[in-house]
Amino acid sequence: MKAIGIILAGGNNDGRLGVLTDHRAAAALPIGSCYRAIDFTLSNMSNSGIGKVAVLTQYNSRSLRDHLTSSKWWDFGRKQGGLFVFTPYTSNEGSTWFRGTADSIYQNMTYLKRSNAEYVVITSGDSIYKMDYRKVLEYHKEKGADITVVYQKMEGKDLSKFGIVEMDAEGRLEGFEEKPQQPKSNTASLGIYVISRTLLINLLDQAIPEGRYDLVKDIIIPFIKTLKIYGYEYNGYWSAIGAGTAAYFATNMDFLKKEIRDSFVTEYPYIETKPKDEPPAKYNAGADVTDSIVGSGTIFEGKVEHSVIFRKVRVGAGAVVKNSILMEGCQIGRNCVVENAILDKEVVLSDGQRIIGVSSEAPAVLKKGTVL
Amino acid sequence: MRKKEMIAMLLAGGQGSRLGVLTRKVAKPAVAYGGRYRIIDFPLSNCINSGVDTVGVLTQYQPLRLNQHIGIGIPWDLDKKNGGVTILAPHVKTGDSGEWFAGTANAIYQNIDFIDSNNPEYVLILSGDHIYKMDYSKMLAFHKENGAAATIAVMEVPMEEANRFGIMNTEDGDKIYEFEEKPENPKSNLASMGIYIFTWDRLREALIEDNSIHPDSDFGKHIIPKMLDEGQPMYAWRFQGYWKDVGTIQSYWESNMDLIRTLPEFNLYEDFWKIYTNSDHQPPQYTAAGAKVEESLLTDGCEIYGEVYRSILGPGVVVEKGAVVKDSIIMAGTVVGENTVIDKCVIDEKCKIGKNVQMGVGENIPNEAKPNIYNTGITVMGMNSIVPDGVVMGKNCVIYGKTVAEDYPEGRLESGKAVVREV
Repeated sequence: MKAIGIILAGGNNDGRLGVLTDHRAAAALPIGSCYRAIDFTLSNMSNSGIGKVAVLTQYNSRSLRDHLTSSKWWDFGRKQGGLFVFTPYTSNEGSTWFRGTADSIYQNMTYLKRSNAEYVVITSGDSIYKMDYRKVLEYHKEKGADITVVYQKMEGKDLSKFGIVEMDAEGRLEGFEEKPQQPKSNTASLGIYVISRTLLINLLDQAIPEGRYDLVKDIIIPFIKTLKIYGYEYNGYWSAIGAGTAAYFATNMDFLKKEIRDSFVTEYPYIETKPKDEPPAKYNAGADVTDSIVGSGTIFEGKVEHSVIFRKVRVGAGAVVKNSILMEGCQIGRNCVVENAILDKEVVLSDGQRIIGVSSEAPAVLKKGTVL
Repeated sequence: MRKKEMIAMLLAGGQGSRLGVLTRKVAKPAVAYGGRYRIIDFPLSNCINSGVDTVGVLTQYQPLRLNQHIGIGIPWDLDKKNGGVTILAPHVKTGDSGEWFAGTANAIYQNIDFIDSNNPEYVLILSGDHIYKMDYSKMLAFHKENGAAATIAVMEVPMEEANRFGIMNTEDGDKIYEFEEKPENPKSNLASMGIYIFTWDRLREALIEDNSIHPDSDFGKHIIPKMLDEGQPMYAWRFQGYWKDVGTIQSYWESNMDLIRTLPEFNLYEDFWKIYTNSDHQPPQYTAAGAKVEESLLTDGCEIYGEVYRSILGPGVVVEKGAVVKDSIIMAGTVVGENTVIDKCVIDEKCKIGKNVQMGVGENIPNEAKPNIYNTGITVMGMNSIVPDGVVMGKNCVIYGKTVAEDYPEGRLESGKAVVREV
């Protein structure tokens, strides 16, 4: 059951993440002290034996491309297969931005046509989860499905940002609504699809010339009656950071929970990332760090509580950091107070600064490189 | 034909027997250091940082972990089409006449073909025994400037300690006129660091000549004195900076502890001379609510629920609730059980220490069986060892293997005793 992968990493999620995605795609957002969001999908691909993966990117792809400069960390640097990063380009026929998710695949049709794999696994690049796509592929084959949509039952969550699916007793889709105001069920699509490669090519060839550019609205929903579209339930941890700043904050804080951390960090297969070769984290005299995850190369002299600390952070003596996210290279001066805050990369706070956000739902956010 | 200005030959075959059980199953260069690293990471990283991209690593004693660690050299960017890292093991030659590497220079002699295949002008000889950062390209520039046949890196040591080293006696311009191994009355304080650059055709000649006389041909004993006798131009290149031999349990412990100072003399936190290592993945490290960590280094994947003071923990070490780790080195994957106290110990990889264990209590009595190895109060545990719940253990103890309650009469192990269970 050979499959190739497509990761849709184009968007900045309509600016829902504010300054955090001013200069980066949501898929490039730092997560859990040492990862970027796309590491989870890339590792899932690699760990599921999918050796050829395309990342389709458009919006502010620099930091994403920087992260993907070498594919060897996810074991994609192979003679057969590999990691392909596609951005919009100019040619004799003119240039076009990707006009939608389906269009972004269509514009890179050669990637699909030059493969002989039977299936394509399509995912987004900004979800945090661990999934063996082989299980979805098996299910897809077993059901004789044309398309399989992975879904999850979500209790008590705001479903207005999701696609809501309805299925019959056999798991065949009867309804699929994108971001409905009145969701008919709590089964939300996770944006993970399995489809046969030739079918995908055919559907794209029909849709794009007619100006239909969206994968869900134009490739899946119109065929719900004519094609065999099945739902596959995934009930493990899954979080979409693209939903907004609060979701991004909560997802990072989830790593403080042992069972979630273990599932990503200690249970094989691992989530891989680009190594940065930093030395161990250093706790100097006066350090008081509790209930926090820490990236390497960080040096503590102050107090840190219930926080997510990335690599190469400095926390000065007398400083207090609570319920916050400090990204790579942040420097917190002496006697600073940081609470309910997200400090993007390389924020520098001089001694005594106070950054205090309202809550985990409404954290203060300092953009990359802020110096105060 | 391939042409390299300088290649490095890294002697990594030594056992390092003074490191006791730490080198029972691994060669000394593969012993962990500074939480994340292994000793060999320092010369390997120095090579790539100095622009030396072709390195032969000579292995002999227990090479398995060393081979796994180096692999094809990816972490050091030494996975190269032209050059890169090559493991050189002793091998059978014509007529089944295989032989071990019998001396430092003999090991290089046996790999002349490898060096020739790279067609270098200069050869850098390194050992995998020291912790330091050195720019070999500066040493090479000095070598070329002097038109030397050999250049030997030296450190200025206190005059009163010079009798413990190989000492270079030099004239103006640091030209060497005499080499004395551990002289009773030293004339200089320039100690050889065991790092040499040779002009390859000169060394090649000397190796071939000397190996016909000395089957255990050694750089310090034979090659350097021989080349000096011949009047070849040889220079001492002065190195300034941190350089530690980690050959004994005590020096190994001390040089690790050097890293935890607030402003360490040896700084791993600078960007422009990174030390690379092979870590299969680098997940975050977690310090729990109620935990306390001070003056310590914690590597990726550690989970701390107890207390850690003045210690260095490798990747994935778990310190359970109520446990206290003081003045100790704990290597990758070891688990310290609840309410266990570890005081001044070196604990190798993947050990399991039960609950309510006390290690390192009582008097400083040297180890009975190996007093010359374990005598400074440090209790040492070899890799994959197990200690059952509730054991009280003294100083200078040695634990190796999966020990059980019966190994500890009345739940005790007095200072200076050992429990070794062969696996």
